[in-house]
Amino acid sequence: MAEHETHEFDVVVIGAGGAGLRAAIEASAQGAKTALVCKSLLGKAHTVMAEGGIAAALAHVDAQDNWQTHFKDTMKGGQMLSNWRMAQLHAQEAPERVRELERWGAVFDRTPDGRILQRPFGGHTYRRLAHVGDRTGLELIRTLQDRGVHQGIAVFMECTVTRLLKDGDRVTGAFAYWRENGRFVVFKAKATVLATGGVGKAFKITSNSWEYTGDGHALAYEAGNELLDMEFVQFHPTGMVWPPGVMGILVTEGVRAEGGILRNSKGERFMWKYLPENKRAEFAKNEDEAKEWLADHIGGGTPDFNKRPPELSTRDNVARAIYTEVKEGRGSPHGGVFLDIAYLPAEHVKKKLPSMYHQFKDLADVDITREPMEVGPTTHYIMGGMYVEPDTGAGNLPGLFGAGEVTAGVNGSNRLGGNSLSDLIVFGCRAGAGAAAYAKQAPAPVVHDDPIERAGRELLAPFEGKGEDPYALQRELQEAMQSLVGIYREEKDMLKALEKIQELKGRLATVRVDGSRMYNPGWHLSWDLRNMLLCAEAITRSALDRKESRGGHSRLDFPKMDPGHAKHNTRLRKAGETMAIDRKPLPEMPAELKALFEEKK
Amino acid sequence: MAEAVFHVFRGDAAGGELKEFRVPVEEGMVVLDAMHWIQGHAQPDLAVRWNCKAAKCGSCSAEVNGKPQLMCKTRLAHLDLSKPIVVKPVKAFPLVKDLVTDVKWNYEVNRKIPAFKPKEGADWRYTQEEADRVQEFRKCIECFLCQNVCHVLRDHHQHDRFGGPRFFVRVAGLEMHPLDDGDRTALLKNELAIGMCNITKCCTEVCPESIRITDNAIIPLKERVVDRYYDPVLAIMRKILGKS
Repeated sequence: MAEHETHEFDVVVIGAGGAGLRAAIEASAQGAKTALVCKSLLGKAHTVMAEGGIAAALAHVDAQDNWQTHFKDTMKGGQMLSNWRMAQLHAQEAPERVRELERWGAVFDRTPDGRILQRPFGGHTYRRLAHVGDRTGLELIRTLQDRGVHQGIAVFMECTVTRLLKDGDRVTGAFAYWRENGRFVVFKAKATVLATGGVGKAFKITSNSWEYTGDGHALAYEAGNELLDMEFVQFHPTGMVWPPGVMGILVTEGVRAEGGILRNSKGERFMWKYLPENKRAEFAKNEDEAKEWLADHIGGGTPDFNKRPPELSTRDNVARAIYTEVKEGRGSPHGGVFLDIAYLPAEHVKKKLPSMYHQFKDLADVDITREPMEVGPTTHYIMGGMYVEPDTGAGNLPGLFGAGEVTAGVNGSNRLGGNSLSDLIVFGCRAGAGAAAYAKQAPAPVVHDDPIERAGRELLAPFEGKGEDPYALQRELQEAMQSLVGIYREEKDMLKALEKIQELKGRLATVRVDGSRMYNPGWHLSWDLRNMLLCAEAITRSALDRKESRGGHSRLDFPKMDPGHAKHNTRLRKAGETMAIDRKPLPEMPAELKALFEEKK
Repeated sequence: MAEAVFHVFRGDAAGGELKEFRVPVEEGMVVLDAMHWIQGHAQPDLAVRWNCKAAKCGSCSAEVNGKPQLMCKTRLAHLDLSKPIVVKPVKAFPLVKDLVTDVKWNYEVNRKIPAFKPKEGADWRYTQEEADRVQEFRKCIECFLCQNVCHVLRDHHQHDRFGGPRFFVRVAGLEMHPLDDGDRTALLKNELAIGMCNITKCCTEVCPESIRITDNAIIPLKERVVDRYYDPVLAIMRKILGKS
């Protein structure tokens, strides 16, 4: 049998971003013996790159805000495809989770009367995002990290999980390897929580870090859990486009929240053209109204919410607008559009957007207090993921839980900015509690030798491979997904993508890696690629099935939203070696929540 | 296409050497891009630790032409490309492989620092000015470059006695929090041995987040230790009152 070390816990959390850390803290607080397993060093997870803020209806700057409005905004932002219960829990509990972060030492920016400050963001009716300049994710992860280290959580850093282990239907642990030396690790766990984030690395232009290879999506699917809504990938409207090496790096939505204006090469403020007709009344009618709104916002007053600048439309809409402007020949010199905040006082910009200021100065020689940025869409987030039960984070299989980006549900077809960090802490906490409660009554976990043997063998196979090196395959996958399953999709492109994915799968079977098992990135990639290919196939198959345009999923061949697609999630399940697809009806929203949408403003 | 020549350390604890690579140069390229190019086109097993490539995670610290810095922020345009660019792992921590070092020690030091302890009955109101002071310290991305250049660690290897600038910054972020009620002065004096720092400011110079480590964190904390333990009047009082 493959040589390995074994560790046994009540709860094993895989992934140490905001969701994983929060889950581990909760599980451990509930008395579960808890491990946190992460691919990178602790504190380096993708959460660290989140910039703009955490959405929570604290009502510190706009007293009218409440969970009901946050709930409605989330549902509308996701074009009513979110799981209503998750959207409800998320809106209700985010404020308490944010206050808890403060009690644990997070230092948010302050209102004039000394409370947590909130900023406006796309799709949010009121100013709702608690933030720390433009480095909110760092604050969140460091606060949780510092809280977690004193709770006796066992941390396995730079340890990559490749398979979930099962006893019958029940998930009872995981198989992993240490990056440092390539040795194998078996975790036996009464409950396992997936908190592995997303899959941006399957695309060429992305704001995501190397870790984002869809590991949890693949682990859940392979074990037999449902994947939902995989067609919904968020292309963030503003990534850097120049120079080439930094293409895709995120430019926070906070820039637009603080007054950033989008213009094309003709100097037109084009976002007005792209506001959906039924949303137009929620935005400023002209430059003057938008200016008034901004003056009120910056001056600490209460702006009229129906005078929001058009740049604060939802991300799916702004991304399509930018894409269209560029495609129709009105782009900036490097294939983006202009984002201008230089008309505001330099000190204000540096104070509110310090890391954007440095990012552009250091990486692009652009001083954003003097000249506009060039920005374009970048693959940012996946709304789809493993099915989980809203209240407990439990998946379809006993012993398996999930939280954060790896799950589907709260965001529907499009996520509002700021709803990710709140998702992490609300459902991280719930999944941690759910896993701990399950572990309390669960029998000791049993793992079997055969799957462990297989997991070791398949992981080492590339050392015997005679084919290509994994980097070449990854480049081809990224090109294909970017050009064939990107912002705008159509059937013939996606069929081509499927062909390409099948071809790459074949080539991956003989992939070759050189060197030893010691800290060998080529070897690591050879496994990550399997996960990326699986997710790429899931995204493409789901996108083919949804013959309409909704949220983050836009079809050239079906440009309109179709009521026939309004009441179901796209569901994928493993059926032998094929991906079975069907449509899972949305759970029915209770009457009292439905009534919220009928009330007059 | 223009090329840059890199001499990159390859090896492990048992030994190693600089290997030469010729890498095509693109506009705006950073050293980390070059390392990725080497992985993708020449040596897929080149070990490099990185995550975000946007100077936000602090993973890709290395010594480029002898200067400790983040590879993701080091632009080729700012280097002399007429000579080979030498890329080596940071020196203050044990080598794992190539450009990757074992930084676990830092996480052990971190665990010694008692968590934030809010004042009882705190109303959770404080001003932005009060927040500013602490937020400077909380900007730290844990790249450990300050630890790497600190003489006490880099040259004198006092890892088992000394905390290092990163953790003075961390303590400062807690101690200067307007609502913190903890007391970490004894920890600073004893377990973290802040007295060993002789304020050469090397840490401040390399900080990619421009945290004024020495002036704003270390010196005020040293003053707290001095006030507590070395103030002659207080020392007499302690003797009289019999408190240590």
